[in-house]
Amino acid sequence: MLYLPQTLYDKIWDNHVVYSDESSNLSLLYIDRHYVHEVTSPQAFDGLRINNRRVRKPDLTFATVDHNVPTTDRSLPIIDQTSSLQIKTLENNCKEFGIPLFDIHNKYQGIVHVIGPELGLTLPGSTIVCGDSHTSTHGAFGSLAFGIGTSEVEHVLATQCLWMKKSKNFEIVLNGGLNNKNGISSKDVILNIIRKIGTSGGSGSVIEYKGDYVSSLSMEKRMTICNMSIEGGARAGLVGPDDTTFEYLREKIYAPKGELFEQLISDWKNLRSDNGAKYDRTFSIDIDHLAPQVTWGTNPAMTIDVDSVIPSPDDFSKGNDEERKSAVKALEYMDLKPGVPITDISIDRVFIGSCTNARLEDLIEASQVVKGKKVSSHVKAMVVPGSQQVKMTAEKLGLDKIFTEAGFEWREPGCSMCLGMNPDILQAGERCASTSNRNFEGRQGAGGRTHLVSPLMAAAAAIAGKFVDVREWV
Amino acid sequence: MEPFKNLKSKVVPLDIANIDTDQIIPKQFLKLLGKTGYGEYLFFNWRYDKEGIPTKDFALNVPEYQGRQILLTRENFGIGSSREHAVWALKDYGFKVVLGVSFADIFYNNCFKNGVLVIKMDKEIIEDFFSTKTNYVFDIDLSQQQITINSQIYRFEIDPTLKSSLENGTDEISRTLQLEDYIKDYEKQDINRILTVKPNTLL
Ligand code: SF4
Repeated sequence: MLYLPQTLYDKIWDNHVVYSDESSNLSLLYIDRHYVHEVTSPQAFDGLRINNRRVRKPDLTFATVDHNVPTTDRSLPIIDQTSSLQIKTLENNCKEFGIPLFDIHNKYQGIVHVIGPELGLTLPGSTIVCGDSHTSTHGAFGSLAFGIGTSEVEHVLATQCLWMKKSKNFEIVLNGGLNNKNGISSKDVILNIIRKIGTSGGSGSVIEYKGDYVSSLSMEKRMTICNMSIEGGARAGLVGPDDTTFEYLREKIYAPKGELFEQLISDWKNLRSDNGAKYDRTFSIDIDHLAPQVTWGTNPAMTIDVDSVIPSPDDFSKGNDEERKSAVKALEYMDLKPGVPITDISIDRVFIGSCTNARLEDLIEASQVVKGKKVSSHVKAMVVPGSQQVKMTAEKLGLDKIFTEAGFEWREPGCSMCLGMNPDILQAGERCASTSNRNFEGRQGAGGRTHLVSPLMAAAAAIAGKFVDVREWV
Repeated sequence: MEPFKNLKSKVVPLDIANIDTDQIIPKQFLKLLGKTGYGEYLFFNWRYDKEGIPTKDFALNVPEYQGRQILLTRENFGIGSSREHAVWALKDYGFKVVLGVSFADIFYNNCFKNGVLVIKMDKEIIEDFFSTKTNYVFDIDLSQQQITINSQIYRFEIDPTLKSSLENGTDEISRTLQLEDYIKDYEKQDINRILTVKPNTLL
């Protein structure tokens, strides 16, 4: 039989089709891992109860609390009553339906997209869903991982499956960059990709990241890239698993061990796009000449190089009227003027955290910039580790001391100021250098102004009190 | 879910592109535990000023637009966070149809799961709706896949499955559970070796 070359996405897809409905082009896909958190699940559990349904596979379902947990002392009661109720509701639901929960006092608690990988729950070739759009993070392992809405959460709880239409294959080749690592991180790479393809550039597609640059990256750096695939409009991001992936997973607490692990590795080695596999779209970018990126507007495609100036709406929109209007609105919201160098913009807050950039390597890099220096007197800066494990390891390395001595706050793990559902929010008019993934109006607090940057850039901005080109610092 | 067949209404024109779900329903309202009660918070940050007073020129506050059930928007509506609360808010406010050029994937799916019809149309047509049709009644017929405005007919495309689930108001989970034998077979096969990993036995 003639074998048609397949992409990684095609392979994972084929492996998970339970049933295909020819008439609608929809397939019922089996889901290997379902991650659940407190904000998008209560209505789904309610739906189960109303219809007298059970959770089909509680052993493939894992829950944690992250979105609205306070990042302050965990021994104190939660002041916000609605947050506290949502957390309690998840605890009760997990008990009722037999789902394991990494609760607020658990040593493995953390942001769902940080703990899945670090516990070894996220595995190559698997399908993973979660009621959170940044589920795309897990694609770094060569797993097909995507965010779903609450109705779909309920559907997966009840059936362990999801109806899906196959997306397009979008290949992004990342070239060079092997000698351009000083001050440049994978966050700059993904911001630059989004800037180039736009917030809907990946719409209807699954992006596979390829090229020597990706292969050279650690798992944590690959996760940052896959994490923000959603900001480029893609349903998911993928990186083919390789030795870096397998070694990362070895000995992770819930990862398979021994014989089974070796067998799986030999399976996983086939999880590569075949030579000659067809992509609907290909795009390549050159990392050799990439500068650190800073967003200036209110969506992640509104990004510039750190050594350039705020664009005028005309320059930005290149003749597209809608884009022009968006840019005018964004400049007004951000209180910025075209032509001003971004390094002239001073900031009030720094947030190092979120599922994009709150893993150990992110904190190590940021700490190297901060070490022995002081946070600018007009800046309030905080570090929120992505998980208890990250926090603990960082503390063993003494990073907490480096940060606190410089004047940063060192917090408990959670989503925190990434979306500001807990008390960590920006005040109206405050300007923040943030390592998170969204700079939408009010995302970090009504009237707050967010500039997305890498951990290195955020750390340097905290010290300087304004944006600086971190390449001059490292 | 209530079936959707047709609707006659004028539109509420929301002339902004790239509207993200953080604007549709800001995060401070995600803490409710039910699916209703979000309507009053729809577009909260645009709809009210800092003192909580309705902003005059925002579309939802324009007196003659009250009670209209179609939201007319532009490109890329519903980007960002996957929160289904965005759809619950639109629905709770009274919108039954969202009409625009393009929509974010997750948002699009979420709408149909809640009985909200999303219609994509060409940019030129949407442009024309904004400039000349905001005071006409749109007569939307789902089975014919067409909108009639002042006896002019506009056809639209829609996925047949999504269409029938809207028309019948079917619960997707019951439909899937009818295929349970396939799910069981899949679970027994050897095709997906991840299923032999039992992380939970360790917990
Ligand atoms: S850190 Fe931000 S983006 Fe990540 S899961 Fe939490 S809220 Fe979502």
